Amino acid sequence: MIQLKRKKLKPGEVFFQSINYLLFGLFTLSCIYPFYYLFINTISSNDLSAAGYIKFYPRDIHFDNYFKVLSISGLSHAALVSVYRTVVGTLLTVGASAFLGYLFTKKEMWGRQVWYRSVVVTMYFSAGLIPWYITMNNLHLTNNYLAYILPSIITPFNIILVKTFVEAIPPSLEESASMDGAGYIRVFWSIIIPLTTPILATITIFSAVNQWNSFIDTAFLMTDTKYFTLQFLLWRYLNESSSLAALIRNSPDMAASIQNMQTPTSVRMTVTMIVVLPILIVYPFFQRFFVKGIMIGAVKG
Amino acid sequence: MGVTSGELIRSVQPVKRPRRKMANKFKLFFMALPFLIVTFIFYYLPISGWIYAFYDFIPGIPLSDTPYVGLKWFRTIVSNPTQTAEVMRVLKNTLAMSSLGLITSVFPVIFAILLSEVKAGWYRKLVQTLTTIPNFISWILVYALAFSLFSVDNGVISHILVQFGLVGEDFNFLASNSNIWVTMIAWYWWKSLGWGAILYLAAIAGIDQELYEAAEVDGASRFRKIWHITVPGIIPTFFVLLLLSIGNLVNNGMEQYFAFQNAMNKDSIEVLDLYVYNIAFANNFPFATAVSMLKSVVSVVLLFAANTLSKVVRDESII
Repeated sequence: MIQLKRKKLKPGEVFFQSINYLLFGLFTLSCIYPFYYLFINTISSNDLSAAGYIKFYPRDIHFDNYFKVLSISGLSHAALVSVYRTVVGTLLTVGASAFLGYLFTKKEMWGRQVWYRSVVVTMYFSAGLIPWYITMNNLHLTNNYLAYILPSIITPFNIILVKTFVEAIPPSLEESASMDGAGYIRVFWSIIIPLTTPILATITIFSAVNQWNSFIDTAFLMTDTKYFTLQFLLWRYLNESSSLAALIRNSPDMAASIQNMQTPTSVRMTVTMIVVLPILIVYPFFQRFFVKGIMIGAVKG
Repeated sequence: MGVTSGELIRSVQPVKRPRRKMANKFKLFFMALPFLIVTFIFYYLPISGWIYAFYDFIPGIPLSDTPYVGLKWFRTIVSNPTQTAEVMRVLKNTLAMSSLGLITSVFPVIFAILLSEVKAGWYRKLVQTLTTIPNFISWILVYALAFSLFSVDNGVISHILVQFGLVGEDFNFLASNSNIWVTMIAWYWWKSLGWGAILYLAAIAGIDQELYEAAEVDGASRFRKIWHITVPGIIPTFFVLLLLSIGNLVNNGMEQYFAFQNAMNKDSIEVLDLYVYNIAFANNFPFATAVSMLKSVVSVVLLFAANTLSKVVRDESII
């Protein structure tokens, strides 16, 4: 009887499943289409793109837009700044989170609970933007590359993740190493680091994405264009059409071919694509890591 | 040679251990110290900046040369009618967006429940993978995408809507003041729905399959299975996240609003965080500090309230 029921799909069931699949299909499309739309427009003839003909597939494919946009001097420098903060900032925060997370598992540390709590509690309050800005200013961290990497060294959430992870490692592993005379640093380096790779990978990804995506700190702290990141430059391009148009007028390179003449729209789209591409490229690789990360975080967060 | 090495160690330990432990105690502390100093500088030192709320501070002039004004800036919030109206407008935006966020926080729950009803594993995985992507791009990028899809001159969606006569030629989604709250919450869920559902999907995956099988034998309908098995399984997760968002009632963050704000929609999009930024950039530092100080205090109080509620209801704290 039950078997029979399962085999024969009831009309209600068919209806429900179809609607369900359809809705998820539509939402998934809406998540992907904007990226696709932008991409096909940046590689299609700029004339057709400007006339709104490029909706579903590219036409007259060319890559001029990318070469031209990358030749804007401020832009490639901004790309370097973005890469710098992503690489250096991530290395520092991962190293610091791993080390501090490990130290906080040591019950014999003087005042451990106090220090650990005082780090964790910073997740839940902030002095506010302006006091923070004034402090950064007093520390001479405005118009300074260090401002991108120093504050992010301590990320309480990462420290919690590492601490939780290390606590789950059998203590016997560590004990046998310290019996052999290995100090904390040695144990950290040759036992903790190799055993915590999964969680360190998760942290690396989250920090790298965060660093790449940051722009509020640039908006606050940097007035000199040489400190601008890609994200911030993109924001300026989106909001200052007139300056973008002037930029295009003033670079003779930009108007080289008539068919693919650069317009504010084409520059905007291409820059957006350049900023988003690194994330889309690494996404498939880090996808498998973050579920683990979010689960550990949720248990302990 | 009458003593084995094991005995030797045992006999030495009582003397040696305490001293080593004492040394380790501080060694560990000194290893952590540089990081604790960094924490202090970037998280605790800024609190000292609250002092600026009590002075007529102007950037560039040292604090020692500026007059102390006591609670003047706090009083202007209630005593100066234009200022009061401003703050009320911003507060209204803040609470409106937060409440919309609270009400719609069931979206990822519904998403997860419906997705787990999808039988084809590959389809489920595909949906989950692709809908999580927007979570990893910045709000500036979201705005850039919105810009190319909705801008008046050549946004593809604006085009389509005009063609179908749904909106007028000159309708500008991005600069419109009406419905901005709804638009903002829609973009928010476009970005975070897939991501937000991950926790719930994991919670559903952790539910004992035998419960469903037993319910099936009893002839329970799909809805009854969801209502009596799935929902109770994910309520604890939902509750924790809900309480945390109560703690964040006044912190909407500013990135999204910063990215989407313009002269036309400013009146309805300005939430507290963005307002503080905007008045600070109009060079009114003391007032901005006063507002952000009040905001910090309110959010800490809310967090403690939420935590107490959690302790009473669930017998477990959230922080």
